Amino acid sequence: MPIENDIRIKAEDVNFYYGNTRAIKNLNIDFYTNKVTSFIGPSGCGKSTFIRLLNKMNELVPNTRVEGSIYLDGKDILAKKVDVVKIRRKVGMVFQKPNPFPKTIYQNIAYGLEINGERNKKKISEDVEQALIKAALWHEVKDRLHDNALRLSGGQQQRLCIARCLAVNPEVILFDEPCASLDPISTNKIEELILDLKKQYTIVIVTHNMQQAARVSDFTAFMYLGELIEFAQTSKIFTVPKEKQTESYLSGKFG
Amino acid sequence: MYSFKEKSIKIIFTILAFVSLFFLLGIIFVLFKESVPVISEINLIKFLFGKYWYPTHEPAEFGILPLILASFWVTLGALIVCAPLGISVALYINEIASPKQKQILKPLIEILAGIPSIIFGFFGMLVIAPLIQKTFNISTGLCTLTASLVLGIMATPTVASLSEDALSFVPKSFKEASYALGANRWQTLLKVVIPAAGSGISTSVILGMSRIVGETMTVLMVSGGAAVIPKSFFDPVRPMTSTIAAEMGESAVGSIHYHSLFAIGLILFLTTLIFNAAAEIISKKHRLKLGIDR
Repeated sequence: MPIENDIRIKAEDVNFYYGNTRAIKNLNIDFYTNKVTSFIGPSGCGKSTFIRLLNKMNELVPNTRVEGSIYLDGKDILAKKVDVVKIRRKVGMVFQKPNPFPKTIYQNIAYGLEINGERNKKKISEDVEQALIKAALWHEVKDRLHDNALRLSGGQQQRLCIARCLAVNPEVILFDEPCASLDPISTNKIEELILDLKKQYTIVIVTHNMQQAARVSDFTAFMYLGELIEFAQTSKIFTVPKEKQTESYLSGKFG
Repeated sequence: MYSFKEKSIKIIFTILAFVSLFFLLGIIFVLFKESVPVISEINLIKFLFGKYWYPTHEPAEFGILPLILASFWVTLGALIVCAPLGISVALYINEIASPKQKQILKPLIEILAGIPSIIFGFFGMLVIAPLIQKTFNISTGLCTLTASLVLGIMATPTVASLSEDALSFVPKSFKEASYALGANRWQTLLKVVIPAAGSGISTSVILGMSRIVGETMTVLMVSGGAAVIPKSFFDPVRPMTSTIAAEMGESAVGSIHYHSLFAIGLILFLTTLIFNAAAEIISKKHRLKLGIDR
């Protein structure tokens, strides 16, 4: 395991409730800088719910409640006075279904820059190009930046969403089942991209595809019924899992 | 036996479906047929741009410009009232109201949309007209401004309700994407939600306008009824609809006056037809833009 200094996010005793239902139970976990951590587990185990706590997206869901602490760079983001906007700019997110805005490709990326107060047109245009290059989409769209983004294929749309997220310079990127609606070739491209991005970012990914977790992640967390059952280096969890539940899930006995 | 039943049901429904088409065609036919004499007997230019509407004078004059301008100004005024008001109500319900408030407000607005227009007429005559008269110290409260206000209030629920529908059709994923980039509620609303719902909102305004242009009872009661080209918002006017309603009973069947009223009806019909078609085209494009309906 890496040393304590490399911890970018630290979650302590996190509980999360939808109304009276406890969806996450006493969860403790650390995420390391420039590593990919994947969450696996059966549907409804709370993995998506948990990563949505990391950028406070669950605040938008009415009638929910959270307990515990999540430290990002040493500051508790679950504390009352925290500026949500600042956290979301530090912790970007890519969603399950590609969700570009019904605007042009260019505007999709420029949006994030504009709301961050960037006024300089030249700077915006440079940043848009950089973001598209980083997301490995530039060569496919450079001649049609002003086309509607919804005309792109599903895989391209998802890479556009990644570019949009990268443009605002986050430090951590959350991927919530980013390949769930994509074909194998697009999936492959996104995975390559994730491996490339981890050089600069700390990445957390939720996936239903165990091979994907094995391919892209350095650490894997297995969740079941709201509890973190096992968390270890990916190589360990897939070869010598400590817990019986992890082993049976990985071997396809339930889930 | 079974197939006979199937067949007869099919035939009955086909006939019923075509009945409405038949009525539509019948109305259009009658409107055209009864309007045609206007062209031969008055001449279209003189009819549309004539400044004087004196149908019962000797010699009679049939220029409907005052009526067209009356409808135009009343509609424009009403639009200035109902568009901002209706859209604000929709934004409040969709974005700010708590679920409980929403549960009460949405049905309430739909009830408001269903109030008979004569009630709005009463309200305009008894409350708004005296208020306008006193406030601006004019000779009569029954004028363009009053008609615009009352019609604007009347069309607000239509605009609000349809705009709210348009806002709620904006996929939640757009908002999530915007929030996840660190946008606040205001930025999300202005730059993502409203543009995405934009064509739906314009459709609602056009349909509201369509309702205003065709409204008869209320304008008849509050607009004052003078068939003179209005010089200001405080002048009494006689829009096209109330002209037909007020004069149809007195005009002799087959007279030029009678045919002129039909021609006015035709103009109204074509106006609302254009509005509704525009609304339909815009909302279709809108659904395409959002990726629905593909």
